Amino acid sequence: MNVPAAWYLILAAVLFGIGAFGLLTRRSALIMFMCIELMLNAVNLTFVTFSRTLNDISGQAIVFFVMVVAAAEVTVGLGIVVAIFRRRSSTSVDELSEMKG
Amino acid sequence: MIAAAYSVPNVLVFVTATLLILVGAIGVISVKNPVHAALCLIMTLIGVAVAFIAQSADFLAAVQIIVYAGAIVVLFLFVIMFLGVDRREHIHFEPLVGQRAFAAVGVAITVGGLITLMARSHWVSGASSVTTKLSKVGSGNVKELGTAVFTTYLFAFEATAALLIIAVVGAVLLARREQRADVEENA
Repeated sequence: MNVPAAWYLILAAVLFGIGAFGLLTRRSALIMFMCIELMLNAVNLTFVTFSRTLNDISGQAIVFFVMVVAAAEVTVGLGIVVAIFRRRSSTSVDELSEMKG
Repeated sequence: MIAAAYSVPNVLVFVTATLLILVGAIGVISVKNPVHAALCLIMTLIGVAVAFIAQSADFLAAVQIIVYAGAIVVLFLFVIMFLGVDRREHIHFEPLVGQRAFAAVGVAITVGGLITLMARSHWVSGASSVTTKLSKVGSGNVKELGTAVFTTYLFAFEATAALLIIAVVGAVLLARREQRADVEENA
């Protein structure tokens, strides 16, 4: 018998938490993007686990679309990072403070 | 005791996946060098692929390795090398006082809430097998997934095609804008 779904759900919750902590504390835009990937992977793991539990393929189909959206997001995001780096020679998000009131 | 209730290989696979995922994830948020963070990210992605295979999502595991570990992390590494930002970040410098403590408290509340919800309620109470049933355990579900994507989710599938084209055009535009401005100034 396979291990219970709750184990995978807890693992996904912890992975999501690690990704969220990294996103909130790191200041390099590249590392922040990697943390977003961690959070997306945690959600994918949850979808696959529920797909198994409910015996329904939809969860896996949605994971497929999440992967496509993640690829598009990384492409555009890294394009923005390159554009910002050209302007200010840094990928630290603390330097982007012109809009501060 | 656990191994008596669940078969030993399944527990071993779960433990392996957990170790890969958690060690890689902690590596991503704690190492200073962005190149090392990208390599830790690969470790996490492979761990998630192992968890996918253990839950008979074979196609997704293959896509995970090819698209995530193959393409996305290579894209990260390419940008890191291209920009030359592979020097170390001052990780212990904290510009916002208490940022780390607040982040830790917020994340602890979120994760603790999720786990408490999971322990105290029946999350999986919806109708099962609404779209298509999974095939038998261990057979991979590639056929079912393909059928679902090309029938039930056909519109979403076509929309992802448009999304990818827009993303590629947007990325090219973003990465080229500076050069075009230089050309206009020089002209």
